[in-house]
Amino acid sequence: MPTKSFYNEILTDHNLYPTHKHDLPDANEELEGINPSCGDDITLKLKVVDGVIEDGAYVGDGCAISQASADIMLDMIIGKTTEEARHLSELFLRMIKGKVTPEEMDELEEAGALQDISHMPARVKCAVLGWHTMEGILDGKGESVSTENQ
Amino acid sequence: MITPEQRKADDERIRRDFPLLMKYPGVAYLDNSATTQKPQCVLDAVERYYQADNANPLRGLYALSVQATEDYEDAREKVRKFIGAEHHEEIVFTRNASESLNLLAYSGSELFLQPGAEILITIMEHHSNLLPWQFAAKRRGAVLRYLECRPDGSITDEMLRAALTPRTKIVSMTQISNVFGRLNDIRTFAKTAHENGSIFICDGAQSVPHVPVNVKDLDVDFMAFSGHKMLAEMGIGVLYGKKELLEKMPPFLSGGEMIEYVKRDSATFAELPHKFEAGTVNASGAVSLGVAIDYYNRIGFDTILEREEHLSEYAYQRLTEIPHLHLLGAADGSDHHGIFTFTIDGAHPHDIAAILDSHRVDVRAGHHCAQPLMKFMGTPSTTRASLSFYNTEEEIDRLAESLSGVRSELGYAD
Repeated sequence: MPTKSFYNEILTDHNLYPTHKHDLPDANEELEGINPSCGDDITLKLKVVDGVIEDGAYVGDGCAISQASADIMLDMIIGKTTEEARHLSELFLRMIKGKVTPEEMDELEEAGALQDISHMPARVKCAVLGWHTMEGILDGKGESVSTENQ
Repeated sequence: MITPEQRKADDERIRRDFPLLMKYPGVAYLDNSATTQKPQCVLDAVERYYQADNANPLRGLYALSVQATEDYEDAREKVRKFIGAEHHEEIVFTRNASESLNLLAYSGSELFLQPGAEILITIMEHHSNLLPWQFAAKRRGAVLRYLECRPDGSITDEMLRAALTPRTKIVSMTQISNVFGRLNDIRTFAKTAHENGSIFICDGAQSVPHVPVNVKDLDVDFMAFSGHKMLAEMGIGVLYGKKELLEKMPPFLSGGEMIEYVKRDSATFAELPHKFEAGTVNASGAVSLGVAIDYYNRIGFDTILEREEHLSEYAYQRLTEIPHLHLLGAADGSDHHGIFTFTIDGAHPHDIAAILDSHRVDVRAGHHCAQPLMKFMGTPSTTRASLSFYNTEEEIDRLAESLSGVRSELGYAD
């Protein structure tokens, strides 16, 4: 009876057993990201040194998609330069809109597990929350970011 | 006693009246507290109104306009009888329950609220019976106070009495909570409020579609409800108000149709109910509500109550069997009125709703426009399945089976 579940193993694993959901005492950047429609609320913490994201973590609550997406994102951006992180963010947002090439999909690694979200408009904001919050940090936004204004 | 065979025959007979249910036989529509589906007779009535009777009601002096006016006023009369109001002037057509409550909070607060006065609402109110009072309190220098329910969503007369003060000028309360599904004892609460000298307002958005409501018997001063939650079109709602109170209240919106004479600097207002119906009215919406009421009468509240009570008992039994599922509200299926709001350990409501959607079971997830209540209950959001008399046991089975699989779909071992 059920159609193909959107909740694939990559997504459920990152939600139930996140690698990066913890505090990060030596973070030098942090920003709260809120998705009012789902009630997702995360605080993203990054340690950025000389343009490189040396470490990162998040705390907060939310639906499986928002939590897994943030965890996958951190897997991908830790160790990358802020420019590389911005590039991945741009790719991810384009994937959500259904406009990436197969090569670009490869670049997105596990984040590609969220590709099907483009068919669920109500959940797009959950998937992009972590990425928008990271962009908020890189853009130097002082206050929290909300998906409502995207 | 209705046999399972009879029930199945009734299911089919009733569902045949709803084109959308027939169009999507694979979908279990369980979001009826948000809006109901529409029977063919309602859709036909709207089409017939525009094909045969349409003109601007209440003003033209030609036959078509007279016909449109008659259709509109016939609908008002059907509403009056349906809720047991005494006078047709007591039925004001609005867009929906929210607009009815806003009308009251604007026009009524000028009359009833002086600085320092208190408005008492319950913590379980929908935002539409909360925000208008929050704003009115700010405008009028009044105080908005909350009557908190017990953890199971119940409120007693003693609790109300303890919350009333000599300054309480308005008490506004839902008859059936859109989260708990409990029926509040409005008749008792209205009496208590009146003894305190308070105006009593009832939000009937979830009750009028599901239980027989008689405003005279309940002795409420005002009642608000929406047409679209009771088989009619979206965009038509009702404010019932006692005539002597409506007469004293200033108009809400101003414009065409609500005046008697207009001079450059002043105006006199039209008689009730037109004083509160500024501008061209939603005649086809009113007609659709009238025909929806005809449909309720044809099916009969005996049948509707029997079916919804049976489905509620069945849903309560099925849902409470599911491990990790926690139901809000009464520990008794008979006091849910088709509304089942719940959480599942470790599963976010939006994930639950998405998984149910993949099984073609339609439910609501989120805060249900009752954020202060969610905060009070200590849960940021919940999932809600809400039934109507056209739902079936089979649909509840599908709900229960889909819910049983939610945790495993999210990767939990049990």
